[in-house]
Amino acid sequence: MDALIGYFLYFLSLLSVGGIYALLALGLNVNWGFAGLFNAGIAGFAAVGAYTFSLLTTAESTFHYGGLGLPVVIGEIAAFLIAGIIAAVIGIICIRLRADYLAIATIGIAEIIKLIFKNEAELTNGPRGISKIPRTWEHFSEARYFSSQPLSWFGDSQSWQAFFDSLVNWWWQPLFAMTILFFVFVVYIMLEKARLSPWGRMMTAIRENEVAARAAGKNVTKRRVEAFIIGTMIMGLAGALLAQHLRFIEPTHTFDPSKMTFLVWVMLIAGGSGNNRGAIFGAFLIWFVWSASELFLNGFIDIIGNIFNGMDISMLKNRSGYLRMLLIGLVLQFVLQKYPKGILPERRPAASGE
Amino acid sequence: MWDSFGFEFVNYYFVPGLVLGCIYALGAIGITLTFGILRFANFAHGEIMMTGAFLTWTFLELSKLIFGFYFHPLIACIPSIFIAIAIALSVDRFFYKPFRDSPTIMIVMASFGMMLIIRSLVQVIWGPNQITFVKGIAKPNGILRDLSGSFDMMLLVPSKHIFIILGTLIIMLAFNYMLTKTRIGKAMRAVSDSPDLAKVTGIDVEQVIRATWYVGGFCAVMAGVFMAMDTQFIMSTMGFRMLLPMFAAAILGGIGRPFGAVLGGLVIGFAEELSAYPWFGNGPLLSPGYKSGVAFSILVIMLIFRPSGILKGRVF
Repeated sequence: MDALIGYFLYFLSLLSVGGIYALLALGLNVNWGFAGLFNAGIAGFAAVGAYTFSLLTTAESTFHYGGLGLPVVIGEIAAFLIAGIIAAVIGIICIRLRADYLAIATIGIAEIIKLIFKNEAELTNGPRGISKIPRTWEHFSEARYFSSQPLSWFGDSQSWQAFFDSLVNWWWQPLFAMTILFFVFVVYIMLEKARLSPWGRMMTAIRENEVAARAAGKNVTKRRVEAFIIGTMIMGLAGALLAQHLRFIEPTHTFDPSKMTFLVWVMLIAGGSGNNRGAIFGAFLIWFVWSASELFLNGFIDIIGNIFNGMDISMLKNRSGYLRMLLIGLVLQFVLQKYPKGILPERRPAASGE
Repeated sequence: MWDSFGFEFVNYYFVPGLVLGCIYALGAIGITLTFGILRFANFAHGEIMMTGAFLTWTFLELSKLIFGFYFHPLIACIPSIFIAIAIALSVDRFFYKPFRDSPTIMIVMASFGMMLIIRSLVQVIWGPNQITFVKGIAKPNGILRDLSGSFDMMLLVPSKHIFIILGTLIIMLAFNYMLTKTRIGKAMRAVSDSPDLAKVTGIDVEQVIRATWYVGGFCAVMAGVFMAMDTQFIMSTMGFRMLLPMFAAAILGGIGRPFGAVLGGLVIGFAEELSAYPWFGNGPLLSPGYKSGVAFSILVIMLIFRPSGILKGRVF
């Protein structure tokens, strides 16, 4: 039974992180799939969301700014908005850059954002990071939440304490995973609506032939800035959820560009850019492959260890993470060459509407 | 003039800035060449640099094992140059060539992926940890100190820095000769200016592309080894750390302009080091933690206000 629960919880955490990646991929799909903006600064924008959320919702702390202890929902909305504001500033300045130039600029901006989080230690506790970030649902069992409104309307501290003690200690995990999937679902529905709307069609027109779209009287620059902001806001939200999942964030390793930026790109390209379903599918697929390759590779290394008796496999074990990165890189090259449009290619809405 | 100000400024800010600038300049040459000739931003360039440094370290250790003493890094880097060029050529053959006629974005994505593949390969082989490249503390060069001392100055420049500056100068001169005097160099400039016109005049574009990887790979390894000599350690993330300053240098100088890249590299190198100098008051102008942000900021500002760079390069 314990083993079964273990598998179940592992599956739930896979689902949670997969959902966070799906949100990142959906955000990138708005940037790249809709508008053709090569945003390579995902890690930076997710970091903005994560830090905004953490600073607003953690309990008061001497290590970093505030810890304002605000409700989780407010933190999420703020992460969404602040990422949008920062994206608006960057977007207005950078939007006319061509594909690879925009990629270089966004990587640079993401690195600057991370440098700020690393160096402004009074605000963010620098490289030591922020810990004890409240997680949706689980945070209700923290005394500061159940002793204040609105939970205090329904019972006093003792009764809440007794209630949470009576639950299994992972009661929040299915709810947390479902919350993330709910966010994915809502964002997906809204983006599908956007894609089929005149706005979405205009996006495709701009991406495919900017000159023609401009000649048809479309405000190309404004639309691209909009796509940049919307995509980045979704990334900010994903960052807030990531901070909840990890409960601890710091600037360098949490927001490592290879895991945050590159992996998301692989997900979108593999799933099919321009297709929202493709973005979600690609995110879960690559995340499951990534997680499964951990088990698979470890098993493989054990087999090698058994075949060549006495060989030191601990070194290989330590480095299996890099081997996985290598495999993911090869998957990207394979998909790029064999399925340049992804597994679920983009489908254009019919000319008349539905 | 030569008081404590001059001593501090030259030895602790100017010379390190020059050294860093030389390293960036060498790296930026490869980036600006691929940008000019193959027309894409090669994200994997920093990793070739890093691989060159790791290979050189391996040959250094091998020399200790076989001959009983450490070779000079500049000798040990010779075989790694060949290996790195072979890597660059095979990456081009298997991962970039299929996309020659596709939209640029495909090849940029491919190079983005190559960056990760090469880095994780290095991490699997050599491990993710920092490795000491050359042991010991670098002492200032005695000859230069005595020589400058007789002019009432005190230049405390370690020998490794003299090697780096002179080495870069020699490579630059050779490169200049190659671009202006040799057949392949002229062909490279022609392809960079207009690939279609070059093709019509009978220039073998594939050969020019191969030459690009030769030059780019060579300069990248030299930059990597110089970097390792300067910092005395190597780690697998050094390629990515160097990539953005090198992009900044290439764009600052003007894309497709090798000498612009050199100029850009020097500017970025100086800007990074001099940003920590106490220009106003006592504290450093910019906290040293933000040193690497200087290059990023220059990069972003250049991209926005003058994407053609100082020397009026190409804008795609």
